[in-house]
Amino acid sequence: MATTFGIAGGVVAINFKKNKIMGLVTPNPGTIFWMLIIFGIVLFVLRKFAWKPILNALKEREESIANALNSAEEAKREVANLKADNDKIIAEARQEKNAILKVAKEMKDKIIVEAKEKAMQETARSIELAQRQIQSEKDAAINDIKKQVAELSVMIAEKVLKKELTSKTEQEKMVDGLVDDIKLN
Amino acid sequence: MLKFSAGIFLILILNILYIAEVSANEKHEDAASDTTTNHKFDAGKFIIEHVSDAYDWHVVSFGDKHISIPLPILLYSNNPELHEGKSFHAFMSSKFHHGHEDYKGFRISHSKEYEGKIVELDAHGTEIGKPIDFSITKVVAEILITVILLFWIFISMAAKATKNKDKAPTGMQNLLEPVIIFIRDQVAKPTIGDKKYEKYMPFLLTLFFFILLENFIGLIPFPPFGANVTGNIAVTMVLALFTFFITTINGNKHYWKEIYNPDVPWWLKFPIPLMPIVELTGVITKPFVLMVRLFANMMAGHMIVTVFVSLIFIFGSLMGTVAGLAISPLSIAFSVFIFLLDVLVSFIQAYVFTLLSALYFGMATADHH
Repeated sequence: MATTFGIAGGVVAINFKKNKIMGLVTPNPGTIFWMLIIFGIVLFVLRKFAWKPILNALKEREESIANALNSAEEAKREVANLKADNDKIIAEARQEKNAILKVAKEMKDKIIVEAKEKAMQETARSIELAQRQIQSEKDAAINDIKKQVAELSVMIAEKVLKKELTSKTEQEKMVDGLVDDIKLN
Repeated sequence: MLKFSAGIFLILILNILYIAEVSANEKHEDAASDTTTNHKFDAGKFIIEHVSDAYDWHVVSFGDKHISIPLPILLYSNNPELHEGKSFHAFMSSKFHHGHEDYKGFRISHSKEYEGKIVELDAHGTEIGKPIDFSITKVVAEILITVILLFWIFISMAAKATKNKDKAPTGMQNLLEPVIIFIRDQVAKPTIGDKKYEKYMPFLLTLFFFILLENFIGLIPFPPFGANVTGNIAVTMVLALFTFFITTINGNKHYWKEIYNPDVPWWLKFPIPLMPIVELTGVITKPFVLMVRLFANMMAGHMIVTVFVSLIFIFGSLMGTVAGLAISPLSIAFSVFIFLLDVLVSFIQAYVFTLLSALYFGMATADHH
Protein backbone atom coordinates (compact mmCIF):
# COMPACT_ATOMS: atom_id res chain seq x y z
CA MET A 1 0.00 0.00 0.00
CA ALA A 2 2.64 2.41 1.13
CA THR A 3 4.92 1.32 -1.75
CA THR A 4 2.19 1.89 -4.32
CA PHE A 5 1.60 5.29 -2.88
CA GLY A 6 5.30 6.02 -2.97
CA ILE A 7 5.68 4.90 -6.58
CA ALA A 8 2.64 6.90 -7.62
CA GLY A 9 4.07 9.92 -5.87
CA GLY A 10 7.41 9.28 -7.51
CA VAL A 11 5.92 9.11 -10.98
CA VAL A 12 4.10 12.38 -10.41
CA ALA A 13 7.29 13.90 -9.10
CA ILE A 14 9.25 12.69 -12.14
CA ASN A 15 6.65 14.20 -14.46
CA PHE A 16 6.73 17.38 -12.51
CA LYS A 17 10.51 17.61 -12.67
CA LYS A 18 10.83 16.20 -16.15
CA ASN A 19 12.85 19.08 -17.52
CA LYS A 20 15.35 19.07 -14.71
CA ILE A 21 15.71 15.28 -14.75
CA MET A 22 16.18 15.35 -18.55
CA GLY A 23 18.94 17.89 -18.06
CA LEU A 24 20.75 15.43 -15.81
CA VAL A 25 20.60 12.47 -18.18
CA THR A 26 21.46 14.37 -21.36
CA PRO A 27 25.20 14.34 -21.93
CA ASN A 28 26.65 17.79 -22.48
CA PRO A 29 28.76 17.92 -25.69
CA GLY A 30 31.29 20.31 -24.13
CA THR A 31 31.89 17.97 -21.21
CA ILE A 32 32.23 15.01 -23.56
CA PHE A 33 34.78 16.96 -25.61
CA TRP A 34 36.92 17.87 -22.59
CA MET A 35 36.55 14.46 -21.00
CA LEU A 36 37.72 12.72 -24.19
CA ILE A 37 40.79 14.93 -24.42
CA ILE A 38 41.61 14.81 -20.71
CA PHE A 39 41.06 11.10 -20.26
CA GLY A 40 43.05 10.38 -23.41
CA ILE A 41 45.96 12.45 -22.09
CA VAL A 42 45.69 10.84 -18.65
CA LEU A 43 45.71 7.40 -20.20
CA PHE A 44 48.74 8.23 -22.35
CA VAL A 45 50.74 9.95 -19.61
CA LEU A 46 50.01 7.45 -16.85
CA ARG A 47 50.65 4.56 -19.21
CA LYS A 48 54.05 5.90 -20.12
CA PHE A 49 55.23 7.47 -16.87
CA ALA A 50 53.40 5.54 -14.19
CA TRP A 51 51.99 2.13 -15.07
CA LYS A 52 54.91 0.84 -17.12
CA PRO A 53 57.58 1.64 -14.50
CA ILE A 54 55.33 0.51 -11.62
CA LEU A 55 54.30 -2.75 -13.27
CA ASN A 56 57.88 -3.41 -14.37
CA ALA A 57 59.18 -2.75 -10.87
CA LEU A 58 56.51 -5.04 -9.42
CA LYS A 59 57.37 -7.76 -11.88
CA GLU A 60 61.07 -7.44 -11.27
CA ARG A 61 60.59 -7.54 -7.53
CA GLU A 62 58.38 -10.59 -7.80
CA GLU A 63 60.94 -12.29 -10.00
CA SER A 64 63.79 -11.44 -7.65
CA ILE A 65 61.79 -12.76 -4.70
CA ALA A 66 61.00 -15.94 -6.60
CA ASN A 67 64.67 -16.28 -7.52
CA ALA A 68 65.74 -15.71 -3.95
CA LEU A 69 63.32 -18.37 -2.74
CA ASN A 70 64.53 -20.76 -5.41
CA SER A 71 68.17 -20.23 -4.58
CA ALA A 72 67.42 -20.63 -0.87
CA GLU A 73 65.72 -23.92 -1.66
CA GLU A 74 68.71 -24.95 -3.73
CA ALA A 75 71.14 -23.97 -0.99
CA LYS A 76 69.11 -26.02 1.46
CA ARG A 77 69.23 -28.99 -0.86
CA GLU A 78 72.97 -28.50 -1.32
CA VAL A 79 73.53 -28.38 2.41
CA ALA A 80 71.52 -31.58 2.78
CA ASN A 81 73.64 -33.15 0.06
CA LEU A 82 76.82 -31.97 1.77
CA LYS A 83 75.66 -33.43 5.02
CA ALA A 84 74.92 -36.76 3.41
CA ASP A 85 78.36 -36.64 1.81
CA ASN A 86 79.95 -35.84 5.13
CA ASP A 87 78.17 -38.68 6.81
CA LYS A 88 79.32 -41.01 4.08
CA ILE A 89 82.89 -39.79 4.37
CA ILE A 90 82.85 -40.15 8.12
CA ALA A 91 81.42 -43.66 7.87
CA GLU A 92 84.07 -44.56 5.31
CA ALA A 93 86.80 -43.10 7.46
CA ARG A 94 85.58 -45.02 10.44
CA GLN A 95 85.55 -48.22 8.43
CA GLU A 96 89.04 -47.56 7.18
CA LYS A 97 90.21 -46.81 10.69
CA ASN A 98 88.77 -50.09 11.89
CA ALA A 99 90.43 -51.94 9.03
CA ILE A 100 93.76 -50.25 9.75
CA LEU A 101 93.48 -51.02 13.42
CA LYS A 102 92.69 -54.64 12.63
CA VAL A 103 95.66 -54.92 10.33
CA ALA A 104 97.87 -53.24 12.91
CA LYS A 105 96.73 -55.63 15.60
CA GLU A 106 97.44 -58.58 13.39
CA MET A 107 100.81 -57.20 12.57
CA LYS A 108 101.56 -56.59 16.22
CA ASP A 109 100.61 -60.14 17.11
CA LYS A 110 102.69 -61.48 14.28
CA ILE A 111 105.68 -59.39 15.28
CA ILE A 112 105.40 -60.53 18.86
CA VAL A 113 105.12 -64.15 17.81
CA GLU A 114 108.04 -63.77 15.44
CA ALA A 115 110.09 -62.02 18.06
CA LYS A 116 109.35 -64.75 20.55
CA GLU A 117 110.31 -67.39 18.04
CA LYS A 118 113.45 -65.56 17.14
CA ALA A 119 114.38 -65.09 20.78
CA MET A 120 113.81 -68.76 21.46
CA GLN A 121 115.91 -69.69 18.45
CA GLU A 122 118.61 -67.29 19.57
CA THR A 123 118.59 -68.71 23.08
CA ALA A 124 118.70 -72.22 21.74
CA ARG A 125 121.63 -71.36 19.56
CA SER A 126 123.42 -69.62 22.41
CA ILE A 127 122.80 -72.60 24.63
CA GLU A 128 124.06 -74.95 21.95
CA LEU A 129 127.11 -72.79 21.38
CA ALA A 130 127.78 -72.66 25.07
CA GLN A 131 127.32 -76.38 25.31
CA ARG A 132 129.62 -76.92 22.43
CA GLN A 133 132.17 -74.58 23.96
CA ILE A 134 131.81 -76.29 27.28
CA GLN A 135 132.26 -79.62 25.54
CA SER A 136 135.34 -78.51 23.73
CA GLU A 137 136.80 -76.95 26.88
CA LYS A 138 135.94 -80.13 28.74
CA ASP A 139 137.64 -82.13 26.01
CA ALA A 140 140.62 -79.86 26.13
CA ALA A 141 140.71 -80.09 29.89
CA ILE A 142 140.46 -83.88 29.76
CA ASN A 143 143.15 -84.02 27.13
CA ASP A 144 145.25 -81.77 29.26
CA ILE A 145 144.61 -83.91 32.29
CA LYS A 146 145.44 -87.04 30.27
CA LYS A 147 148.66 -85.47 29.12
CA GLN A 148 149.55 -84.43 32.63
CA VAL A 149 148.51 -87.86 33.92
CA ALA A 150 150.72 -89.44 31.28
CA GLU A 151 153.58 -87.18 32.19
CA LEU A 152 152.98 -87.89 35.88
CA SER A 153 152.73 -91.58 35.12
CA VAL A 154 155.93 -91.44 33.20
CA MET A 155 157.54 -89.52 36.06
CA ILE A 156 156.20 -92.02 38.58
CA ALA A 157 157.20 -94.88 36.36
CA GLU A 158 160.69 -93.43 36.07
CA LYS A 159 160.99 -93.13 39.79
CA VAL A 160 159.44 -96.58 40.36
CA LEU A 161 161.62 -98.06 37.70
CA LYS A 162 164.71 -96.46 39.11
CA LYS A 163 163.96 -97.88 42.50
CA GLU A 164 162.41 -101.36 41.87
CA LEU A 165 163.76 -102.70 38.66
CA THR A 166 166.40 -104.65 40.21
CA SER A 167 164.95 -108.13 40.19
CA LYS A 168 163.75 -109.98 37.22
CA THR A 169 160.51 -111.18 38.76
CA GLU A 170 159.75 -107.79 39.89
CA GLN A 171 160.25 -106.59 36.38
CA GLU A 172 157.92 -109.12 34.97
CA LYS A 173 155.27 -108.40 37.61
CA MET A 174 155.38 -104.74 36.92
CA VAL A 175 155.12 -105.25 33.14
CA ASP A 176 152.18 -107.52 33.64
CA GLY A 177 150.60 -104.96 35.88
CA LEU A 178 151.23 -102.30 33.34
CA VAL A 179 149.79 -104.36 30.64
CA ASP A 180 146.67 -104.95 32.68
CA ASP A 181 146.42 -101.38 33.40
CA ILE A 182 146.61 -100.46 29.78
CA LYS A 183 143.96 -102.99 28.94
CA LEU A 184 141.75 -101.65 31.66
CA ASN A 185 142.31 -98.29 30.42
CA MET B 1 19.69 -5.39 -2.63
CA LEU B 2 21.74 -2.23 -2.47
CA LYS B 3 20.34 -1.09 -5.76
CA PHE B 4 16.79 -1.92 -4.76
CA SER B 5 16.98 0.04 -1.53
CA ALA B 6 18.63 2.91 -3.40
CA GLY B 7 15.69 2.85 -5.81
CA ILE B 8 13.15 2.97 -2.97
CA PHE B 9 15.09 5.86 -1.49
CA LEU B 10 15.03 7.74 -4.75
CA ILE B 11 11.27 7.31 -5.09
CA LEU B 12 10.74 8.49 -1.54
CA ILE B 13 12.94 11.48 -2.17
CA LEU B 14 11.15 12.49 -5.31
CA ASN B 15 7.94 12.10 -3.36
CA ILE B 16 9.20 14.46 -0.68
CA LEU B 17 10.34 16.93 -3.32
CA TYR B 18 6.96 16.79 -4.93
CA ILE B 19 5.11 17.38 -1.68
CA ALA B 20 7.48 20.15 -0.70
CA GLU B 21 7.13 21.87 -4.05
CA VAL B 22 3.35 21.58 -4.10
CA SER B 23 3.10 22.93 -0.56
CA ALA B 24 5.47 25.73 -1.43
CA ASN B 25 3.34 26.58 -4.45
CA GLU B 26 0.16 26.50 -2.38
CA LYS B 27 1.71 28.82 0.15
CA HIS B 28 2.91 31.02 -2.64
CA GLU B 29 -0.64 31.30 -3.93
CA ASP B 30 -1.88 32.01 -0.44
CA ALA B 31 0.47 34.86 0.04
CA ALA B 32 1.14 36.01 -3.49
CA SER B 33 1.78 39.58 -2.45
CA ASP B 34 4.21 38.60 0.31
CA THR B 35 7.75 39.36 -0.86
CA THR B 36 9.33 36.99 1.67
CA THR B 37 8.10 34.02 -0.40
CA ASN B 38 11.03 34.75 -2.74
CA HIS B 39 13.30 33.28 -0.08
CA LYS B 40 11.24 30.12 0.33
CA PHE B 41 13.39 27.00 0.31
CA ASP B 42 12.99 25.11 -2.96
CA ALA B 43 14.31 21.62 -2.19
CA GLY B 44 14.07 20.38 -5.78
CA LYS B 45 16.10 23.28 -7.13
CA PHE B 46 18.58 22.96 -4.26
CA ILE B 47 19.20 19.26 -4.89
CA ILE B 48 19.32 19.48 -8.67
CA GLU B 49 21.76 22.38 -8.45
CA HIS B 50 23.95 20.34 -6.14
CA VAL B 51 24.19 17.36 -8.42
CA SER B 52 24.33 19.18 -11.76
CA ASP B 53 27.15 20.82 -13.60
CA ALA B 54 27.54 24.61 -13.37
CA TYR B 55 29.36 27.43 -15.10
CA ASP B 56 30.85 28.73 -11.88
CA TRP B 57 31.94 27.02 -8.71
CA HIS B 58 29.64 27.98 -5.90
CA VAL B 59 31.41 28.22 -2.55
CA VAL B 60 28.92 29.72 -0.12
CA SER B 61 25.91 32.03 -0.02
CA PHE B 62 24.84 34.54 2.63
CA GLY B 63 21.22 35.36 1.83
CA ASP B 64 21.38 36.99 -1.58
CA LYS B 65 25.15 37.31 -1.60
CA HIS B 66 26.74 34.44 -3.51
CA ILE B 67 30.45 33.70 -3.36
CA SER B 68 31.70 31.49 -6.18
CA ILE B 69 34.89 30.76 -8.08
CA PRO B 70 34.54 31.99 -11.68
CA LEU B 71 35.40 29.48 -14.41
CA PRO B 72 36.32 30.09 -18.06
CA ILE B 73 33.49 30.15 -20.59
CA LEU B 74 34.46 29.15 -24.13
CA LEU B 75 31.78 29.60 -26.78
CA TYR B 76 31.59 29.38 -30.54
CA SER B 77 28.62 31.00 -32.19
CA ASN B 78 27.41 30.73 -35.76
CA ASN B 79 25.83 34.17 -35.47
CA PRO B 80 28.78 36.51 -34.87
CA GLU B 81 26.61 39.58 -35.69
CA LEU B 82 24.77 39.04 -32.38
CA HIS B 83 27.98 38.95 -30.34
CA GLU B 84 29.96 42.07 -31.30
CA GLY B 85 31.09 40.53 -34.61
CA LYS B 86 33.14 37.65 -33.18
CA SER B 87 32.42 33.93 -33.45
CA PHE B 88 34.71 32.70 -30.73
CA HIS B 89 34.28 34.00 -27.21
CA ALA B 90 36.32 33.32 -24.08
CA PHE B 91 35.50 35.04 -20.81
CA MET B 92 35.10 34.27 -17.14
CA SER B 93 31.75 33.15 -15.78
CA SER B 94 31.78 36.06 -13.32
CA LYS B 95 30.62 38.24 -16.27
CA PHE B 96 27.17 36.63 -15.90
CA HIS B 97 26.94 37.67 -12.23
CA HIS B 98 25.64 34.26 -11.14
CA GLY B 99 23.27 34.13 -14.06
CA HIS B 100 21.58 37.41 -13.28
CA GLU B 101 23.00 39.39 -16.23
CA ASP B 102 23.54 38.92 -19.98
CA TYR B 103 26.95 39.31 -21.55
CA LYS B 104 27.76 39.93 -25.24
CA GLY B 105 24.45 38.46 -26.31
CA PHE B 106 24.81 35.34 -24.16
CA ARG B 107 22.75 34.40 -21.15
CA ILE B 108 22.48 31.53 -18.68
CA SER B 109 18.93 30.56 -19.45
CA HIS B 110 16.15 30.35 -16.89
CA SER B 111 13.58 29.19 -19.43
CA LYS B 112 12.09 25.73 -19.29
CA GLU B 113 13.71 24.56 -22.51
CA TYR B 114 17.33 25.55 -21.89
CA GLU B 115 17.37 25.73 -18.11
CA GLY B 116 20.88 26.29 -16.79
CA LYS B 117 22.55 26.31 -20.22
CA ILE B 118 24.11 29.23 -22.04
CA VAL B 119 21.90 30.53 -24.85
CA GLU B 120 22.27 33.11 -27.59
CA LEU B 121 20.01 36.13 -27.60
CA ASP B 122 18.80 37.99 -30.63
CA ALA B 123 18.54 41.75 -30.83
CA HIS B 124 15.28 41.76 -28.89
CA GLY B 125 16.67 39.68 -26.03
CA THR B 126 14.77 36.48 -26.88
CA GLU B 127 16.56 33.15 -26.65
CA ILE B 128 17.25 31.69 -30.09
CA GLY B 129 19.31 28.62 -29.27
CA LYS B 130 22.53 27.31 -27.86
CA PRO B 131 26.00 28.17 -29.15
CA ILE B 132 28.70 25.48 -29.34
CA ASP B 133 29.83 25.35 -25.75
CA PHE B 134 33.33 24.25 -24.73
CA SER B 135 33.26 25.92 -21.34
CA ILE B 136 35.44 24.68 -18.53
CA THR B 137 32.51 23.91 -16.28
CA LYS B 138 32.63 22.83 -12.67
CA VAL B 139 32.85 19.18 -13.69
CA VAL B 140 35.64 19.78 -16.20
CA ALA B 141 37.54 21.85 -13.64
CA GLU B 142 37.13 19.06 -11.11
CA ILE B 143 38.41 16.53 -13.62
CA LEU B 144 41.48 18.70 -14.18
CA ILE B 145 42.10 18.89 -10.43
CA THR B 146 41.72 15.13 -10.14
CA VAL B 147 44.09 14.60 -13.03
CA ILE B 148 46.74 16.72 -11.33
CA LEU B 149 46.28 14.59 -8.20
CA LEU B 150 46.46 11.38 -10.24
CA PHE B 151 49.64 12.50 -11.99
CA TRP B 152 51.21 13.57 -8.74
CA ILE B 153 50.35 10.35 -6.91
CA PHE B 154 51.29 7.87 -9.59
CA ILE B 155 54.26 9.53 -11.24
CA SER B 156 55.91 10.02 -7.84
CA MET B 157 55.04 6.44 -7.01
CA ALA B 158 56.58 5.28 -10.28
CA ALA B 159 59.75 7.23 -9.52
CA LYS B 160 59.91 5.61 -6.11
CA ALA B 161 59.22 2.18 -7.53
CA THR B 162 62.04 2.45 -10.06
CA LYS B 163 64.43 3.88 -7.47
CA ASN B 164 63.76 1.32 -4.72
CA LYS B 165 63.44 -1.68 -6.99
CA ASP B 166 64.49 -4.37 -4.56
CA LYS B 167 63.34 -2.70 -1.38
CA ALA B 168 60.09 -3.12 0.48
CA PRO B 169 57.57 -0.42 -0.57
CA THR B 170 56.76 2.35 1.89
CA GLY B 171 54.14 5.08 2.24
CA MET B 172 51.86 5.77 -0.72
CA GLN B 173 53.57 3.05 -2.74
CA ASN B 174 52.79 0.55 0.00
CA LEU B 175 49.15 1.66 0.07
CA LEU B 176 48.56 1.50 -3.67
CA GLU B 177 50.69 -1.45 -4.70
CA PRO B 178 48.28 -4.02 -3.26
CA VAL B 179 45.46 -2.31 -5.18
CA ILE B 180 47.46 -2.45 -8.41
CA ILE B 181 48.29 -6.10 -7.74
CA PHE B 182 44.62 -6.72 -7.00
CA ILE B 183 43.63 -5.24 -10.36
CA ARG B 184 46.31 -7.30 -12.05
CA ASP B 185 45.79 -10.64 -10.33
CA GLN B 186 42.07 -10.58 -9.48
CA VAL B 187 40.63 -8.52 -12.32
CA ALA B 188 42.84 -8.62 -15.42
CA LYS B 189 44.44 -12.06 -15.24
CA PRO B 190 41.30 -14.18 -14.63
CA THR B 191 39.18 -12.32 -17.18
CA ILE B 192 41.63 -11.65 -20.01
CA GLY B 193 44.11 -14.47 -19.48
CA ASP B 194 47.73 -14.71 -18.41
CA LYS B 195 49.11 -14.11 -21.88
CA LYS B 196 47.16 -11.09 -23.10
CA TYR B 197 46.36 -9.17 -19.95
CA GLU B 198 49.47 -6.96 -19.98
CA LYS B 199 48.30 -4.91 -22.95
CA TYR B 200 45.13 -3.82 -21.10
CA MET B 201 46.68 -3.14 -17.70
CA PRO B 202 47.39 0.59 -18.28
CA PHE B 203 43.80 1.25 -19.34
CA LEU B 204 42.27 -0.81 -16.52
CA LEU B 205 44.46 0.85 -13.90
CA THR B 206 43.79 4.33 -15.26
CA LEU B 207 40.08 3.58 -15.36
CA PHE B 208 39.96 2.19 -11.83
CA PHE B 209 41.95 4.95 -10.17
CA PHE B 210 40.27 7.70 -12.19
CA ILE B 211 36.79 6.52 -11.21
CA LEU B 212 37.79 5.84 -7.61
CA LEU B 213 39.41 9.22 -7.16
CA GLU B 214 36.54 11.06 -8.85
CA ASN B 215 34.07 9.18 -6.64
CA PHE B 216 35.95 10.10 -3.50
CA ILE B 217 36.52 13.69 -4.51
CA GLY B 218 32.82 13.99 -5.25
CA LEU B 219 32.14 13.05 -1.65
CA ILE B 220 34.33 15.77 -0.15
CA PRO B 221 31.77 18.54 0.38
CA PHE B 222 33.84 21.71 -0.06
CA PRO B 223 35.68 23.43 -2.94
CA PRO B 224 37.91 22.59 -4.75
CA PHE B 225 36.29 19.20 -4.33
CA GLY B 226 32.71 17.99 -4.30
CA ALA B 227 31.73 18.30 -7.96
CA ASN B 228 29.59 15.37 -9.03
CA VAL B 229 31.95 14.10 -11.75
CA THR B 230 31.14 10.40 -11.98
CA GLY B 231 27.46 11.30 -11.53
CA ASN B 232 27.69 13.25 -14.78
CA ILE B 233 26.47 11.23 -17.74
CA ALA B 234 28.90 12.81 -20.19
CA VAL B 235 31.84 11.64 -18.09
CA THR B 236 30.60 8.08 -17.70
CA MET B 237 29.72 8.08 -21.38
CA VAL B 238 33.29 8.85 -22.37
CA LEU B 239 34.62 6.18 -20.01
CA ALA B 240 32.20 3.64 -21.47
CA LEU B 241 33.14 4.76 -25.00
CA PHE B 242 36.81 4.05 -24.26
CA THR B 243 35.89 0.55 -23.15
CA PHE B 244 33.69 0.12 -26.20
CA PHE B 245 36.36 1.22 -28.66
CA ILE B 246 39.11 -0.85 -27.06
CA THR B 247 36.82 -3.89 -27.15
CA THR B 248 35.89 -3.27 -30.78
CA ILE B 249 39.44 -2.59 -31.97
CA ASN B 250 40.84 -5.65 -30.22
CA GLY B 251 37.98 -7.98 -31.13
CA ASN B 252 39.44 -11.05 -32.84
CA LYS B 253 37.97 -13.21 -35.58
CA HIS B 254 36.25 -15.48 -33.10
CA TYR B 255 34.57 -12.53 -31.36
CA TRP B 256 33.11 -11.15 -34.60
CA LYS B 257 32.11 -14.59 -35.78
CA GLU B 258 30.14 -15.09 -32.57
CA ILE B 259 28.32 -11.82 -33.30
CA TYR B 260 27.61 -12.16 -37.03
CA ASN B 261 27.46 -15.92 -37.33
CA PRO B 262 26.95 -17.52 -33.93
CA ASP B 263 26.69 -21.29 -33.49
CA VAL B 264 22.89 -21.51 -33.39
CA PRO B 265 20.33 -23.35 -35.55
CA TRP B 266 20.29 -21.84 -39.05
CA TRP B 267 16.69 -20.62 -38.85
CA LEU B 268 17.74 -18.20 -36.11
CA LYS B 269 20.05 -16.54 -38.66
CA PHE B 270 18.11 -16.88 -41.91
CA PRO B 271 15.93 -15.35 -43.35
CA ILE B 272 15.65 -13.01 -40.35
CA PRO B 273 19.08 -12.58 -38.72
CA LEU B 274 17.62 -12.82 -35.23
CA MET B 275 20.72 -13.84 -33.32
CA PRO B 276 23.08 -11.40 -35.06
CA ILE B 277 20.66 -8.61 -34.16
CA VAL B 278 20.58 -9.75 -30.54
CA GLU B 279 24.37 -10.04 -30.43
CA LEU B 280 24.87 -6.63 -32.06
CA THR B 281 22.45 -5.11 -29.56
CA GLY B 282 24.60 -6.69 -26.86
CA VAL B 283 27.69 -4.96 -28.24
CA ILE B 284 25.94 -1.59 -27.80
CA THR B 285 24.13 -2.31 -24.53
CA LYS B 286 27.29 -3.43 -22.71
CA PRO B 287 28.95 0.00 -22.72
CA PHE B 288 25.56 1.67 -22.34
CA VAL B 289 24.92 -0.25 -19.14
CA LEU B 290 28.43 0.60 -17.91
CA MET B 291 27.64 4.28 -18.49
CA VAL B 292 24.25 4.20 -16.77
CA ARG B 293 25.34 2.07 -13.81
CA LEU B 294 28.16 4.35 -12.71
CA PHE B 295 26.16 7.51 -13.44
CA ALA B 296 23.02 6.35 -11.63
CA ASN B 297 24.84 5.04 -8.57
CA MET B 298 26.91 8.14 -8.02
CA MET B 299 24.06 10.50 -8.88
CA ALA B 300 21.72 8.69 -6.48
CA GLY B 301 24.33 8.78 -3.72
CA HIS B 302 24.84 12.52 -4.08
CA MET B 303 21.09 13.14 -4.31
CA ILE B 304 20.25 11.15 -1.22
CA VAL B 305 22.88 12.89 0.91
CA THR B 306 21.63 16.26 -0.31
CA VAL B 307 18.02 15.26 0.30
CA PHE B 308 18.68 14.24 3.87
CA VAL B 309 20.40 17.56 4.47
CA SER B 310 17.59 19.49 2.79
CA LEU B 311 15.02 17.66 4.91
CA ILE B 312 16.02 20.05 7.68
CA PHE B 313 15.13 23.03 5.53
CA ILE B 314 11.99 21.43 4.09
CA PHE B 315 10.64 20.85 7.60
CA GLY B 316 11.90 24.29 8.60
CA SER B 317 10.03 26.02 5.81
CA LEU B 318 6.88 23.89 6.16
CA MET B 319 6.49 23.83 9.93
CA GLY B 320 8.81 26.47 11.21
CA THR B 321 12.40 26.64 12.40
CA VAL B 322 11.79 24.44 15.46
CA ALA B 323 10.65 21.52 13.32
CA GLY B 324 13.73 21.93 11.17
CA LEU B 325 15.99 21.87 14.21
CA ALA B 326 14.10 18.91 15.64
CA ILE B 327 14.53 16.85 12.49
CA SER B 328 18.22 17.76 12.08
CA PRO B 329 19.78 15.01 14.27
CA LEU B 330 17.86 12.33 12.38
CA SER B 331 18.65 13.87 9.05
CA ILE B 332 22.35 14.28 9.87
CA ALA B 333 22.51 10.68 11.08
CA PHE B 334 20.97 9.49 7.82
CA SER B 335 23.30 11.73 5.80
CA VAL B 336 26.33 10.25 7.56
CA PHE B 337 25.01 6.75 6.98
CA ILE B 338 24.45 7.39 3.27
CA PHE B 339 27.81 9.13 3.03
CA LEU B 340 29.56 6.07 4.43
CA LEU B 341 27.52 3.90 2.11
CA ASP B 342 28.75 6.10 -0.73
CA VAL B 343 32.34 5.47 0.28
CA LEU B 344 31.61 1.77 -0.13
CA VAL B 345 29.75 2.38 -3.37
CA SER B 346 32.72 4.40 -4.67
CA PHE B 347 34.93 1.35 -4.32
CA ILE B 348 32.32 -1.04 -5.67
CA GLN B 349 31.50 1.06 -8.72
CA ALA B 350 35.16 1.65 -9.61
CA TYR B 351 35.75 -2.09 -9.22
CA VAL B 352 32.66 -3.11 -11.18
CA PHE B 353 33.41 -0.75 -14.07
CA THR B 354 36.98 -2.04 -14.27
CA LEU B 355 35.99 -5.68 -13.89
CA LEU B 356 33.31 -5.48 -16.57
CA SER B 357 35.65 -3.65 -18.95
CA ALA B 358 38.21 -6.39 -18.37
CA LEU B 359 35.52 -9.02 -18.97
CA TYR B 360 34.58 -7.42 -22.28
CA PHE B 361 38.24 -7.28 -23.33
CA GLY B 362 38.54 -10.91 -22.31
CA MET B 363 35.50 -11.82 -24.43
CA ALA B 364 36.82 -9.90 -27.41
CA THR B 365 40.21 -11.60 -27.30
CA ALA B 366 39.21 -15.09 -26.16
CA ASP B 367 40.60 -17.96 -28.22
CA HIS B 368 38.29 -20.33 -29.97
CA HIS B 369 37.68 -23.43 -27.90
